[in-house]
Amino acid sequence: MSLETLLPAAIVVSSLLPGVFIFLVKEESHILRGVLNMAGALIKLVLVGVMIWGVYQGETYETRLTLAPGLDLVLSADALSVLFVTLSTVLWLVTTVYAIGYLEHSPNRSRFFGFFSLCVSATVGIALAGNLLSFVIFYEMLTLATYPLVAHRGTPDATRGAKIYLAYTMSGGVLLLVGAIWLQAITGPVDFTQGGYLEALSGDLQGPLVAIFVLLLAGLGIKAAIVPLHGWLPQSMVAPAPVSALLHAVAVVKAGAFGIVRVVYDVYGIGLADRLGLLTLLGVLASTTIIYGSVRALYQDGLKKRLAYSTVSQVSYIALGASILGPIATIGGMVHLVHQGIMKITLFFCAGNYAETLGVHKVSEMDGVGRRMPLTTLAFTVGALGMIGIPPIAGFVSKWYLGLGAVEADAHWVLLILAASSLLNAGYFLPILYRAWFRPEPDAWPKERPSKGRFETMGALLWPPVVTAGLCLIAGLLAAAPFSPLEWAALIARREYL
Amino acid sequence: MDASLALAVSVPLIGGLLATALPKRAQGLGLLASVATVLVVGWVMAGVWQQGSLHAELGGWAAPLGIALAADGLSAALLGMAALVALGVGIYASGYFRSADADRHFWPLWLLLWAALNGLLLAADLFNIYVTLELLGLTAAALGALTGTVDAVRANLRYLLVGLLGSMTYLLGVALVYTSYGTLDLGLLSNALEPGPVAATALVLMTAGLALKAALFPLHFWLPPAHANAPAPVSAALSALVVKAAFYLILRLWLDVFAPVVTPSAAGLMGMLGALAVIWGSWRALRAERLKLLAAYSTVAQIGYLCLFLPLLQALPPGAERDDLFVALVLMALTHGLAKAGLFLAAGLVQRSAGHDRIDDLGGTAQHMPATTFTIALAGTALIGLPPSGSFVGKWILMTSALESGQWWWILVIAIGTLLAAAYVFRVLSRAFNLEPTPRSFVTQARTEVPALLLALTSVAVLGLAADPLWRLLGAGGGA
Amino acid sequence: MEQLLYGGAGVILFALGLWAFLVYEPLLRKLIALNIMGSGVFHLLIAIAERGELPPDPVPHALVLTGIVVAVSATALALAMGRRLEDDSGGR
Repeated sequence: MSLETLLPAAIVVSSLLPGVFIFLVKEESHILRGVLNMAGALIKLVLVGVMIWGVYQGETYETRLTLAPGLDLVLSADALSVLFVTLSTVLWLVTTVYAIGYLEHSPNRSRFFGFFSLCVSATVGIALAGNLLSFVIFYEMLTLATYPLVAHRGTPDATRGAKIYLAYTMSGGVLLLVGAIWLQAITGPVDFTQGGYLEALSGDLQGPLVAIFVLLLAGLGIKAAIVPLHGWLPQSMVAPAPVSALLHAVAVVKAGAFGIVRVVYDVYGIGLADRLGLLTLLGVLASTTIIYGSVRALYQDGLKKRLAYSTVSQVSYIALGASILGPIATIGGMVHLVHQGIMKITLFFCAGNYAETLGVHKVSEMDGVGRRMPLTTLAFTVGALGMIGIPPIAGFVSKWYLGLGAVEADAHWVLLILAASSLLNAGYFLPILYRAWFRPEPDAWPKERPSKGRFETMGALLWPPVVTAGLCLIAGLLAAAPFSPLEWAALIARREYL
Repeated sequence: MDASLALAVSVPLIGGLLATALPKRAQGLGLLASVATVLVVGWVMAGVWQQGSLHAELGGWAAPLGIALAADGLSAALLGMAALVALGVGIYASGYFRSADADRHFWPLWLLLWAALNGLLLAADLFNIYVTLELLGLTAAALGALTGTVDAVRANLRYLLVGLLGSMTYLLGVALVYTSYGTLDLGLLSNALEPGPVAATALVLMTAGLALKAALFPLHFWLPPAHANAPAPVSAALSALVVKAAFYLILRLWLDVFAPVVTPSAAGLMGMLGALAVIWGSWRALRAERLKLLAAYSTVAQIGYLCLFLPLLQALPPGAERDDLFVALVLMALTHGLAKAGLFLAAGLVQRSAGHDRIDDLGGTAQHMPATTFTIALAGTALIGLPPSGSFVGKWILMTSALESGQWWWILVIAIGTLLAAAYVFRVLSRAFNLEPTPRSFVTQARTEVPALLLALTSVAVLGLAADPLWRLLGAGGGA
Repeated sequence: MEQLLYGGAGVILFALGLWAFLVYEPLLRKLIALNIMGSGVFHLLIAIAERGELPPDPVPHALVLTGIVVAVSATALALAMGRRLEDDSGGR
């Protein structure tokens, strides 16, 4: 038992344990619950910090638990998992603060925060999973932990959304399970390996390997909301804003995209995936999704729905990056994993603030919100411009590298996709910004809450989006600094293409 | 050391007799006997853990006239599961029954059932198996009818008659075996047995009788009403233990004693019945209007899963792979036992709090009782076979084995069964999300809620994440 | 020969009992049918015990005795439950 073997498990447990205790906390003990929440989030942050430093130094961390002979639950840290762990840990901390503010006075908070913590534990488990079995375990746990969050409000709408969510993700889970088992029946128990581990087998097993990839991709694509498997995402918008933020930026959708990246790079290996024609398949699906999501977003009046379709579109940039052969596109895809997360969570926080403070749920109601809530709207603007890809915000960096990678790989059609998508992004974000900043305020907001204190809304709601918007700017401005997401993605790409 | 085997049967038996003799102290005596039995079972398990198997002859009389008891990994594992469930059920029952009368009637029968079950798991010859099987059936039916309502009595009378039919059929098979081989001892038989019409007929008869008791599709018709109408602690024991006991015997016969007789097509037939059971049981569970009926149909489906292992086990030669698959089977059986017990206990609490168990009207109740709803969720996780439950590991090994042996069609069955199970479990759980007021605390009545929760939790966390010792207990190669 | 006759009769009894059990609805008939099935098996066991010149094998005898005890208690329980059912439905 040493730091190397305990750290990955400790990172998972640091949110699991508070989660379990939170269920037991009496409903009215707000302070105790808050302390548990924050303690878990901060301890996890510290542990992740230690891990980042270690992995950077070339240290390896691995927790291994034998479930049965040949079936090991493996948690290990490589550069890719650290990227995702860090993202979810930082954003969890921010989201927890936000959720405490957002849910003040609302019912069933012990249940909510309990599952909230379980959800993050599962996400971190997905990030650290060292083989397909472990990945499947945490992937399914994520489904279980998020269902109560989507259904949380208990309205008929919420129940319906949760049901659709469950139907999609459960089916996805089964497909993934079958794919994973099929693969393991062929290879035996093998851990994820940088550069993939199927190369040696590819000779006479092409058919099964392609079929397995399709199964895995279908299972992961459901969570990653790849068209035509995206139907659940707009429906689950009924969840409270912090949940949407978590679902879109940190946990569910990201878990699917992360899984695709894992399968392409560390199971199949990008070379093999290319030779089997799998990258083309992935590229076409991702491109379709990017365009389709953006087009649908144009026509949504509900702010959260528009953001949801935007997620459908944006997350597929990650898959697109994975589908282009070459380290630069890889960097673009990987870095977008982080960039999309911080930008989208900002947007969802802001959407939640508008809804909580002013009762504004629709784009058509947003006239003049910029004057009423300047800081929130500023954060929203940063997130939206980033999504469009305007420098120096984070999203620009992702698109730049994706484009460069496409040129390097002679996949010029990708540039068309990127350009079209950016135009469409502008098409659905700029009208919002215009309304918010340049249209006059209405006489009365749909449902305004009297605000206490000096700011436009309560602090716990205001600071999280401001902080994440700041991160979007920093990630873009300081992209070349050590330990920036970009530099880390480059580290991953170097190790994958070794 | 071998005294432990006799004690595992006699301690609950004596407890039952004392509870009959001193009805006013039935509860205290019952709980005391339960704890004592759990300790003895622990002793048996420790013995098997160290020595691989145990054997004892009662009163010093050797077979064929004496009664021999034996324990190996399989029986020890099931004994242990039964002890956990029984302890949980006992503690739960001490807080569940409202009338002193019900409490008085419960304990003697319950301890007798436990004694019969332990006897069945330890019996080393076919005839003692018959006796314990019959005793188990009688006590189970009597307990099931304990509420005394017309529905309960009618359902359990049917159960009793069906059970008798099953044991008569089984007994005829036993008689056939004795005609040909002149012994009933399991060990002697497995050496002497050779394929032939007599052995095959005997196996068919015994299996048919046991399948009736194990509610193997299409012989499951009696189970749902009987289990759904019994008092909650009894339903839990019936579904988790009594049905399993009959299945345990099928396993013994098919994989152990009669292994040479079993042909691929026979095993395939069992698998096919299992597949139908999985799909039909899950489908009926999905359509069930009442929570306890849902749980009962889910038992039909779960027995089906266990049968899916038979054709795969038959196809594998002895070796590490077969051992793994066998342990996976046991793991699934144990997981199901604990989870189903938890589910039925929780369903009983829901029923008592709401005054009914119609799923569609459960909203408020489910939300008022977080611990109970949690129990249902955990048990549901195990029933669906989601991680980290023991049945996930079991299913993973089962599906791997199906692929490796080329019998991939079982995978489709498992996939469909999993989705149906998810649908019926979440049909219940979705009722817990509602606009009702927030419950104030997690647990409302510790004495009944905690045992149910712990049983379900064990099926998920312990069996799913720490099942490795099971490999050693069952003597399979891979374990620590 | 006698052994075969006796054993065969047992099997026929079992089959008859099974038939009756499956066909007839009333509880009493079902119970009697079960007992006939039981008697069939006991017949068979007694036939097996015959060993020509040697004294008969005691094991099947022991089995039959135990079997009878079990059958009697099962019948008693079934009757008690049946009566409970009669009383309840008669009372309403």
